[in-house]
Amino acid sequence: MSSAVQAVSHRRWWSNRDLRGWSFVAPFLAVFALVFLAPIGYAIYLSLYREQAFFGGKTFVGFGNYTDVFSDGKFWEGAVRVLLFLAVQVPIMLGLALAAALAIDSGRLRAPRVFRLVIFLPYAVPGVVAVLMWGYLYGTSFGLAADINHLLGTALQPLSGRWVLTSIVNIVTWEFVGYNMLIFYSALRTVPEDLYEAAALDGAGALRTVFSIKIPALRGAIVIATIFSIIGSFQLFNEPNILRNLVPNVINTNYTPNMYAYNLSFGGQQYNYSATVAIVMGVLTAIIAYVVQLRGSRDAL
Amino acid sequence: MTATMSPEQAQPVAVESTGRRSSALRPGKSRVLTGVMVLYVIYTLIPLVWLVISATKTQTDLLSTAGLAPGHSFALFSNIKETLTYRDGIFLRWFANTLLYVVVGAGGATLLSTAAGYGLAKYRFPGRRAVFAVVLGAIAIPPTALAVPTFLMFSNMGLTNTVWAIIVPSLVSPFGLYLMWVYAEEAVPQELLEAARIDGAGEFRIFWTVSLRLLAPGVVTVLLFALVSTWNNYFLPLIMLSKPNLYPLTVGLTQWSNQAHGAGAHPVYNLVVTGSLLTIVPLIVVFFLLQRFWQSGLSAGSVKQ
Repeated sequence: MSSAVQAVSHRRWWSNRDLRGWSFVAPFLAVFALVFLAPIGYAIYLSLYREQAFFGGKTFVGFGNYTDVFSDGKFWEGAVRVLLFLAVQVPIMLGLALAAALAIDSGRLRAPRVFRLVIFLPYAVPGVVAVLMWGYLYGTSFGLAADINHLLGTALQPLSGRWVLTSIVNIVTWEFVGYNMLIFYSALRTVPEDLYEAAALDGAGALRTVFSIKIPALRGAIVIATIFSIIGSFQLFNEPNILRNLVPNVINTNYTPNMYAYNLSFGGQQYNYSATVAIVMGVLTAIIAYVVQLRGSRDAL
Repeated sequence: MTATMSPEQAQPVAVESTGRRSSALRPGKSRVLTGVMVLYVIYTLIPLVWLVISATKTQTDLLSTAGLAPGHSFALFSNIKETLTYRDGIFLRWFANTLLYVVVGAGGATLLSTAAGYGLAKYRFPGRRAVFAVVLGAIAIPPTALAVPTFLMFSNMGLTNTVWAIIVPSLVSPFGLYLMWVYAEEAVPQELLEAARIDGAGEFRIFWTVSLRLLAPGVVTVLLFALVSTWNNYFLPLIMLSKPNLYPLTVGLTQWSNQAHGAGAHPVYNLVVTGSLLTIVPLIVVFFLLQRFWQSGLSAGSVKQ
């Protein structure tokens, strides 16, 4: 249709064939517009209105919902919690993944393929199943926590208020170390052989090689993995939401911002406010991911 | 991302990688390192071993015997039978739903991102940069932040409580597009396309007959990741569906799990455990069978950052 017209008028700059590129991209973009762009637009629209409780209908409130979110203690409680979670969990997970990737790549392990496969295995386990399994293991009436307490006389309570966030850190780490390990490992395999030979000729030991060649070569992969992990942490939902069924008094409905947005919509029918919370979280996530990317790129230059 | 190495350097080692290091550089095996890694492997396997052992226990044994010890009777087969027949075989229904969402959703997502990634890599058309910016920006948007607005929109369109509510959002994978784009840049030589054009082949024919074959390892990788994300999808079906006969396995299992709590509690721990095991197995089998692909595809994706 219009692409033919365009093709004629732009012939001087783009050949007809190049415009064919659009027909490969168009189907993706059409669905993308429907499930990414339209909901973003709709959420922004919703966030500018407020439902009338008594009269029905809606009124335009401008940024009223946003100022409410910024002064909402329930929102900040969850936001601070995911920040704390992120600050602790992401370094542990990526550190373990990096160590495992370097160990497997070092050539000093017996049966490295077995290690690689087994460590990757949890990635193939649905998050829901991982949480159900760990939820049972954490149980103090039956489950491994009960067995350990019974055997050693300890009083471990992984699902108590004090420990539940740590328990969630453990579940998420268990699930995603393997995935990140694989990203790092794949990047390590692209390091050219001559670099190692040169290092060996210069008399560099194994540790020296790790710090002078391998880790610098991994910088791009580390930045990518960090960004994806940050995005994942901000979205924290499945783990606390499923564990909540086991310990409803420990995990509240605004435990993470995402749970808050979910419960506002599906528990409270406060769609406008829920959309605002979702937007604020999306913007915060994008800003932090962007800053990490900038820092990572700058350091790489 | 900044390029830390040029493609020419990285390309040849990206795919064939095993056994490339000369023996002079290959240090001896370390027992300490192997030992430490074995500890990590044990940590990784404990929950899975627990799951397998627990799937062989009756509900009574599950509650009364130690987690990693066998039960008094071997109940795996009766557990499987009960899982498959409980409530008129709803588990099988959930399994079929999951398969439908995975085949259509992940299959469609792979097709769309392969075509789009190829188009972006091999054609210089106007607006290409804009597509790049929008899609990369989309990777940074948490999908769950979109879930609530998507629900409200779909609800207005009458799409909630239909299979489309799950399938349509699964069709888009910005990460898959990015991976295919990077992969297509290197896997499909421009000269080959020119040669095919001189032979008079149309652009779509070239894609189907020439390029797709070269893209195959990348396609399998994208398919695997799309498969995992649709198989594991929980949040989207949780909000979109309220009819149990449309649930995928993930939502169904949590529903069974929740039966153990609240008023009128009716725990079916043995079914949750066995059902979880049955949910994991297919995906693990697929990953084992297709290792070669996801590993080489990932390397190609990590070259350009």
